[in-house]
Amino acid sequence: MINKKLLNAQEALVGIKSKMTIMLGGFGLCGIPENSISELVKLGVKNLTCISNNAGVDDFGLGLLLKDKQIDKMISSYVGENNEFERQMLSGELKVDLIPQGSLAERCRAAKAGIPAFFTPAGYGTEVGEGKESREFNGKMHLMESAFKADFSIVKAWKGDEAGNLIFKGTARNFNPNMCGAAKITIAEVEELYPAGELDPNEIHVSGIFVQRIFEGKNYEKRIEQRTITNR
Amino acid sequence: MLDKIGIAKRIAQEVKDRYYVNLGIGIPTLVANYVNKDIEVEFQSENGILGMGAFPFDQDVDADVINAGKQTITTLPGASFFDSATSFSMIRGKHVDLTILGAMEVSDNGDIANWKIPGKMVKGMGGAMDLVASAENIIVAMMHTNKVGESKLLKKCSLPLTGLNCVKKIVTNLAVLDVTSLGFQLIERAPGVSIETIKEATAGRLIVKGEIPEMKIS
Repeated sequence: MINKKLLNAQEALVGIKSKMTIMLGGFGLCGIPENSISELVKLGVKNLTCISNNAGVDDFGLGLLLKDKQIDKMISSYVGENNEFERQMLSGELKVDLIPQGSLAERCRAAKAGIPAFFTPAGYGTEVGEGKESREFNGKMHLMESAFKADFSIVKAWKGDEAGNLIFKGTARNFNPNMCGAAKITIAEVEELYPAGELDPNEIHVSGIFVQRIFEGKNYEKRIEQRTITNR
Repeated sequence: MLDKIGIAKRIAQEVKDRYYVNLGIGIPTLVANYVNKDIEVEFQSENGILGMGAFPFDQDVDADVINAGKQTITTLPGASFFDSATSFSMIRGKHVDLTILGAMEVSDNGDIANWKIPGKMVKGMGGAMDLVASAENIIVAMMHTNKVGESKLLKKCSLPLTGLNCVKKIVTNLAVLDVTSLGFQLIERAPGVSIETIKEATAGRLIVKGEIPEMKIS
């Protein structure tokens, strides 16, 4: 067993510097690495490029980094819930690369899998396709999209072990598995960290080979953006 | 004229037995409530769930189980969770049978715009560009006109496009229309709405052939 266990976010985020490109898992506020985001705020690193489907909300998630102007560029698919994001983007303070969600996921997966580029029909004939190579396959036009390049990948899982194996819960899985192994170094924060051998190998979602550092997070808030209920 | 629930009820009639269906945010989300209970259907949400159920009771709310609209939801027997790349494999790989989404504009050749108003509003495309580029069966749910009364069914979209030549059917508060090579073909009128009203509210090419029945909505 190769032990990747670290004590906390402070230890796990060593080496993250200004101007780096960082991937962060999560869909909205679901499955975001809360402890690591707090640590990034504390570290005060600036001029970051962040690859993440959303940018949190005004006062939580990546919204905290936006508020402090720590992010130069966001690569995302949807920013609908964040007013500060929209304001910084429309005013030009923040560079934003909006890309289709499936292409975002696949560009992560491609980076992880050692595939430099791939073709997808998403975005052909739209602004997204401007300046990109296109090609016809089976009578349909496709765009060439490239694998991401990132310095760090930061993900959140439900359970993990010292070997870096991960198990996710519900839709908190989302982009997290695709980002594991997609950067030079992958940091995983988990709600429950177990000694190697405690998790059933049959139940592992992400193999430890894709994770370089792992720690048990604390005080998860798990904020809900749209609390919708059925009345009895 | 229909309200949002009426539009959802009419679209629900398009959901057939054994379909896997992706529902967009807004009116499309409501469609799930009105699908015939006697057929087998599974709803997919692109953030990573298939077999989505109703909103949870208050004490069952789980922050880790949401739909693409970030609403708390539940799972039904047979449900599964998966990562985002797998989710879009279902979509891009044409395993999902029907996509229902909203739009700001649709053109009479089936182009759709729903993600950006330059200089004013940018929400992002989310999964919409992947969905419209790959889905074979796309229904748009929207109001026939915008807030200032201008038609959303146009000859050509004025806003940045989400996808080309992809919308097959549109259900609005006024009508059901198919997108054909000759333009919007009027299929049904909403209860109490005249063909004249639909013509006035449609800026793109409109084809009216024969008797146009009223929608049947329970």
